[in-house]
Formats: sequence, structure tokens, C-alpha cells
Amino acid sequence: MKIVVAGAGKVGSSLVSQLVNEGHEITVVDRDTDVLEETMQMYDVIGVQGNAASMEALEEAGIRTADLLIAATDRDEVNLLSCLTAHGLNPDLHTIGRIRDKDYRAQAYQMRDYFALNYVINPEHEAAIEMRRLLNFPGFLGLETFAKGNVEIAVLKIGEDSALNGIKLSGMNDIVHCHVLVCAVQRNGECIIPDGNFVFRNNDLIYVTASSSNLSVLLKNLGIITRKVRSVLIAGGSLISYYLAKELESSGISSTIVEAKRERCEELAMLLPNTRIIVGDASSQAFLDSVGIDDFDAMVTLTGLDELNIVISLYGNSRKVPHLITKLSHAENNRMLDSLPLGSVIAPKELVCSSIVRYVRAMQNKEGAAITIHRIADGQGEAIEFNVDEDTKYLGVPLKDMNLKPNVLIASITDGMNTEISTGNSKFKVGDNVIVVTNKTTSIRQLNDIFED
Amino acid sequence: MNYKMIGRLIAPILCIEAVFMLPALGIAHLDGSNAAVRAFAMTIAASVLVAGLLWVGTSNAPRRGFYAREGFVLTGAAWIVMSVFGALPFWISGEIPHFIDALFETVSGFTTTGSSILLNVEEMCRGMLYWRSFTHWVGGMGVLVFLLAIVPMSGKNEGFTLHILRAESPGPSVGKLVPRMRQTAKILYLLYIMLTVLDVLFLMLGGMPLFDALCTAYGTAGTGGFGIKADSIAGYSPYLQNVTTIFMLLFGVNFSCYYLLLLKRVKDVFNDEELRTYVGVVVVSALLIAFSIRGLYHSLGEVLRVSFFQVATVITTTGFATADFNQWPAFAKTILVLLMFCGACAGSTGGGIKVARILLLIRSFRRNLHQNLRPREISNIRMNGAKVDEKVVSNVDAYLIGYMGIIVVSFLILSLDGFSFETNLTAVIATFNNIGPGLDMVGPVGNYSAFSDLSKLVMIFDMLAGRLEIYPIVLLFSRSTWSRK
Repeated sequence: MKIVVAGAGKVGSSLVSQLVNEGHEITVVDRDTDVLEETMQMYDVIGVQGNAASMEALEEAGIRTADLLIAATDRDEVNLLSCLTAHGLNPDLHTIGRIRDKDYRAQAYQMRDYFALNYVINPEHEAAIEMRRLLNFPGFLGLETFAKGNVEIAVLKIGEDSALNGIKLSGMNDIVHCHVLVCAVQRNGECIIPDGNFVFRNNDLIYVTASSSNLSVLLKNLGIITRKVRSVLIAGGSLISYYLAKELESSGISSTIVEAKRERCEELAMLLPNTRIIVGDASSQAFLDSVGIDDFDAMVTLTGLDELNIVISLYGNSRKVPHLITKLSHAENNRMLDSLPLGSVIAPKELVCSSIVRYVRAMQNKEGAAITIHRIADGQGEAIEFNVDEDTKYLGVPLKDMNLKPNVLIASITDGMNTEISTGNSKFKVGDNVIVVTNKTTSIRQLNDIFED
Repeated sequence: MNYKMIGRLIAPILCIEAVFMLPALGIAHLDGSNAAVRAFAMTIAASVLVAGLLWVGTSNAPRRGFYAREGFVLTGAAWIVMSVFGALPFWISGEIPHFIDALFETVSGFTTTGSSILLNVEEMCRGMLYWRSFTHWVGGMGVLVFLLAIVPMSGKNEGFTLHILRAESPGPSVGKLVPRMRQTAKILYLLYIMLTVLDVLFLMLGGMPLFDALCTAYGTAGTGGFGIKADSIAGYSPYLQNVTTIFMLLFGVNFSCYYLLLLKRVKDVFNDEELRTYVGVVVVSALLIAFSIRGLYHSLGEVLRVSFFQVATVITTTGFATADFNQWPAFAKTILVLLMFCGACAGSTGGGIKVARILLLIRSFRRNLHQNLRPREISNIRMNGAKVDEKVVSNVDAYLIGYMGIIVVSFLILSLDGFSFETNLTAVIATFNNIGPGLDMVGPVGNYSAFSDLSKLVMIFDMLAGRLEIYPIVLLFSRSTWSRK
């Protein structure tokens, strides 16, 4: 595919690296010749020097024959204008724009059509959402998201004294009292797609799909002993801190932001009435002690400096804060940091890149091929996302009447914004987004592969 | 320095060279010249063997760690290895008994220079002649670019391929035509092949035999200039001479112009400042020379044909000849020597300083001149309406210094041999700019055989440096390339 990437900054260049590896033809537009030069020496791309929002530069970058524009310059206004201009030059073009300013967030989503935006990316917001998810379900070992964040598959371990130990899958609902779907079980290194007669055993890892609220009900009813996160300490008052505090406010978790600059604190205090804002330098351990670092259930380090985030997280670890999340902007160093007790590491850049790459794959796969494939259960199973189109068999037929292959399970069906955890009565409709879970005994390349011939 | 990866990339180059020798082997076999067949067969076997050993020996080469430095060293090393193996058939068959001579002839071929040490080219067997001309064609667009076109490069840091394209396709700032390097290389080679085929067809329409047409077209396409006749092109009909003039000029044009033509962006091509200057320089110099030599030929048509041919052959740095311009008046000779410096367009197969660089140099000089009068004036150097990056401008300035430095040092070393001033100077200019013939003893009817081995090695260095735009070859001999610090 021909892709124009506007802006070769942090997100831009790591995007370019991934997209080139997937075999796309990339043209990079940037104002700075030095940055362009560097990008061209690193990757097999062509560079155009100029303002990404100008018709001239876009034309030179071949926007008329391109399939996709990714506007990722450091200025939202330029990105918006760039998408608008490009769309004017080539109405068939897909556009992805990076809009990070909180003031524009709502309109960027709601007025997408006016701005000719097919997809809005906001690294800070996506990072905040990811952090909130991790804080919401501290009992889960892992979480995978599908269908643009609408579907979650959580991982749980069945312990010796778990309420589910020795229980048949069909009897699960009587214990958990909510609608959840177990899509896969990892037992002794094998991935099992369970049916109603499946019996849970000690040490099983189960992969569960449910709505967000049902996931917490599941945790509660299983009596999994996790201290729900009630209070979070956020070190640094960056844009992510704002988004995270906002998210936490709505999920009823109290948060405290520590920020060194008084002005920024006052601004945050105005924007976040239900969050405690404290002026002070988070790099000072004495100060963190005075804030009461020991009393928090979780700490998130969101200062602008990776080094500082690491140091603060290490201190949090030494003070036995139960949950730590560390933000790193330069995640390339990741491997070196693996051995450090930093809790969960979140790299906003990487999050955005993978969601864009997912979008690009979706554009390519309009003929029923998989949109995303997540490997689960140590690679023994796959959770695959498909779009339902006109050629899909069994349209409008209830799930229980479909002739599915063995070891295939429909986890969820998403119609626009509504996600349904599938039941026997769920039906496929054109345009739906479906998550299929299989173990590797059957090879599923297209949605119709799940049906018995 | 990632030596293993460099070795791993040189292996396929040797294989490509071996494949390229097969037609020459076939021709030698048809002609029944056993010495040549044996020489080619041995060289092909040696190339494949060395390539195989390199490939096996570097199977654990780290994929990462291939950067600008490795790119430059690869380019320089590849050309030297290629030249050494390319020289083997001449040496083994005994057609050129002295190895330095054989190397000189091959380097002259690959760098599209066309300077020869052969006393009588017509004594050589046809297989050898074919190989000698074919080196021009290979060297014209560059063998690494060919490698880029046919071998998929996978893995990270693919950007190093840009250094290869830069090193092999001449000009102050070389860009890709399309985002993918492989695609760019393919487009370049397709255009190159198409133009070459056209040339062959036009030559054959004029009654030239296939073998002659192929060899002449290779020499024209690479702007090389090895002829297969003692009198170069002079013995062919006026039509064939004119066809060659036109194709020499066509191969001296930036290949991206042809790509733009294919994209139907005709306006951009006609407004290209370098192309306009190039055409202007050709027409004006040819007319001036025609005026200067008007008394030497019978008709106006002949005067124009001869002057246009010599201007084309010199400015595109080809080096064919239809007249012994050594005998011409000083004015005409001076114009030709000046054209030797000028060279063809950037991104063509020609050598020399390049019209684009000359334009930039003139503009940069003019700007500095104005700045003496108005020290606070800010002005940009423009090319085709767009601002030229200051880095490119200063690179061109530095390039000129390096260019002059190499000429001065080479000239000094050559003068040890005791030939005339004109011979030495034009020998350096003609080899360094990849032209071929110079003046006096190395004029169109002379050759380079009389120089000492030292001078020949210096000229081999000059030819490679000229073809690869100085840096890759000079960097090979620079301490900072090899130091670990």
C-alpha cells in the first residue's frame, strides 16, 4: 500500500519502521531536512521536505495516488489541516490524524467527517486508557484488547481453593452470577477450547471474555483476593496524568497527582475537581514519604523524563507499593530494563503504533481475511478478529444453529459501539466485528473457515 | 565495521559478474578461440568458487550494524573486486600479458572511461572484445544498483541502500524515484535496457552488424567509449555516427527525466534547469567548434556532424572518436578540454563534475560575490525553483576541492614519466572524468600503454574515484574508516 507519513518525530519514525517491515511504500513528509535525511538513512523510504499541511508538499508526496495518510506531526492543527487538504486532493484517501490536545479531543471524535478523519489517534489518551484498564483489574494476569478496544480477553489462574476448582463449565454461571465466556483454557502447555462439560482444575489458566463491568463482578464473586485499587499516586502532571485522573475519576478510584510546577498544579486542580493535586518534586524521596507513598494501592510514574520515572518506580518498589506502572517514552531500551522491578511498562508511542498498524492491516484485509491475530496461551491458541461481509455464511442464523468446526469458538460480536458477548442466540450481521478463538488444530484464515463444509 | 555482511554482499556481485561473462564465453566458443574460452571458463569458475566460499564463510553475519560506513566500504570494495576478477580473462588468455595493463583496461571499462592500453584493438578476439564493451554497460548504471534491483534486501537498516545508490549514481544530491529502493533500481535498469535496445535497433537499421551494434551500444549506453575498431566510430557511415551522437547525448541526461516523461510530466522535464543548461552547452560548444574547424572539412554538413559528435563524446564522457581532434586548432581543443571538466547531467551514466554541480557552483559564487557588497543580505541558492539545502551547497564546494586535489596529485605523479605537459594533464583529466582519450600522446588515435606501472595504478585510482564520485574510494584509504575509535 502507498502510505504518506507526515512528521518523522517519535511516533512517525517508529511507525515508519514497522510499516516498512510490513512491505508498504512509504513517503515521509517533514519540515526538517536533517530529520528526513536521518529517516531515509535508517529505512527504505522516500522523503519530501515541506509543510505537511500544504497542497504543494502533499502533491509532491504523491497524495493523489496514495491509499493512506498518517498525519503525526507534533501540532494538532497541522495534522487536521493536513488531513483536510489531502482529502480534498484525493477523496478516496484514508486518513489517520494524531490529535492529542484535550481541548480538541471531543470534536476530533464527534466531527470526524468534517475533518475528513477516518481514525483519530491520541497517544496520551490511549496510554491513559491502557493504564486505567490495568488498574481496574489488578486480579488478572493479563488483558488483551480487540475491536478497537471494545472487547477484552482477561487471563485468570484457577488456584487450589478457587471457587471454580472442580466445577463444570456449564455450572460456572451459578457461581459467578454474571455473563462471562471462557474462550480458552491453558492446561499443561496445551490450549483447550472448552465445551459445557469441561471441568476446571487447579493451575488452569482461563481466558475470559466479558463486558468491563462483568469482569469486575467475576473477580468479586470468585473471591479472588486482590486488593482492589482504590487510591493511585500519579507522579508528574503531564497530559497523560490528566487523562488518567479523568478516567480514574469516572471509575471511582481516587487519585493524587504530584507535580513540581505550581502553575500546572493550579490548572490541573481546575480541570480535575475530584483529584488531589499536590505541589512538590516527585524525585525527592522525602517528599514522596510525606505524601504517604506507603498508603497508596498503586503508583503511576508519568513525568516527562524516562530516567526519573524509572528511579521513582524503583523507590515505589522498595516501599512495597502493590502496583506500579512506569511510562517510558523511549521504549527501545526495553530489553535492558526487563530485569528492573518497574511493574507494568507502558510506552505511548508503541501503543499508538500498534493501533495504527492494526488499522492498516484492516484496510488491506477487506476480503474477509483476519484483521488482527493475537497469540494466546503461550502461542498455543489464537484469538482472531474478522469483519462480517456479504459473503459470510450463516448470516442472521443464531449461533447455536451454525455448523462450526470443532475447537472454534465465537467470543464476541461487535456492532459499531455495542459489544455482545456471544450466546447461543447471537447472530452475524454484515459489518459486525467478530472475535474467534481457536487452538492451533484448525487453521483459520478467513471467517468462513470456521464453518464445517 | 561489519566485515562479514560486506563479504556476504560481495558474493552475489561475483556471481552476477560470472553470469555476465557467459555471453562472452559463448561468443569465444563460437569463434573457436580456445585461449579465450579457457580464460573465461577459469574466471567464471574462480568467481563462483570465491563467491561460494564468501557466502558460506559469512553465513553467521550479523544483520544489524550496517550503516553509512559499511555502505561506502562495500561500494568501494565491490568495484575493486569486480575489476580484479573482470581483468582475469584478458590476463589468463594472454591477450593482455601484463596484469596491471589488464586491470587498467578493465577498470577503464567498468568506470566507463574508455582509456585503452591496447596498441591495436582489432587483434583482440571477439569474445574478449564483447566482454570489454560489456563492462561499460555494467559499469554505466552500476552493479550494486543491479544487485538492489534483483535481490530483495530484508531486515532493518535498509536505508544503507541509499548510500549505495548515491555512490553509484552520480550527482550532488541523488534521490529515489519511488519509496522502495528495489523498485527505484528496477525502474532505472528498465529505462537503461530500453534505451540500449533502441540504440541497437537504430544502429542495425543503418546496416551495422549485430555484434558491432551491441558493442557500440554498450559503449554508448555506459558512456564508456571502447570501440571495436582501430578508428573507433570513424569508419562507420554518417547515419551511424549521427545515431551514436544522439544516443550519447540521451545517455548523458538524468534518468529521472525519462521517468518523469513516462509519468507524462513533460512540463517538469522541459523546465529542468540542468537539462536546459546541458542542451545549451552542447549546442553552443558544437557551433563554436564548427566555426573553428570550418576549413578542415569539405562540407558544412560534415563540419557539423564532426563537431557535434566530438562535443557529445566529450561532454557525456563517452570517448568515441570520429576525428583526431589532436590536429584541430587550439581554440577547438580548449573547448573540448573545458567540456571534459563539465561532464554530463547528474543521475546519468556520464562522469565529470556534472552540469548540476557547475550550476550550483556558479550560483554559490555569485551569491558570495553579492554578499561582499551587502553583507547582511540573505539569499538562497535555488535550483528548479526550490531552495537548495546549504549542506548540499557546501558538499559541492568540498567536492570541488577534493576533485582539484586529486587532479593535482595525480598530475604530479604522472609527470615523473617524462612525457609532455599536455599528455600528462589530459591523461589525468580524461581518466578521472571517465572520458577516455585526452590530447597529444593519449589523443583519439593514441593510447595509454607507454605509462609506467605507477602511473597506471594512479590512473586506475582516478578512474574509480571519478566513477564513484570520489568519496567511496578515498574513504577506503582513509584511516578514520578503519579505526575503531
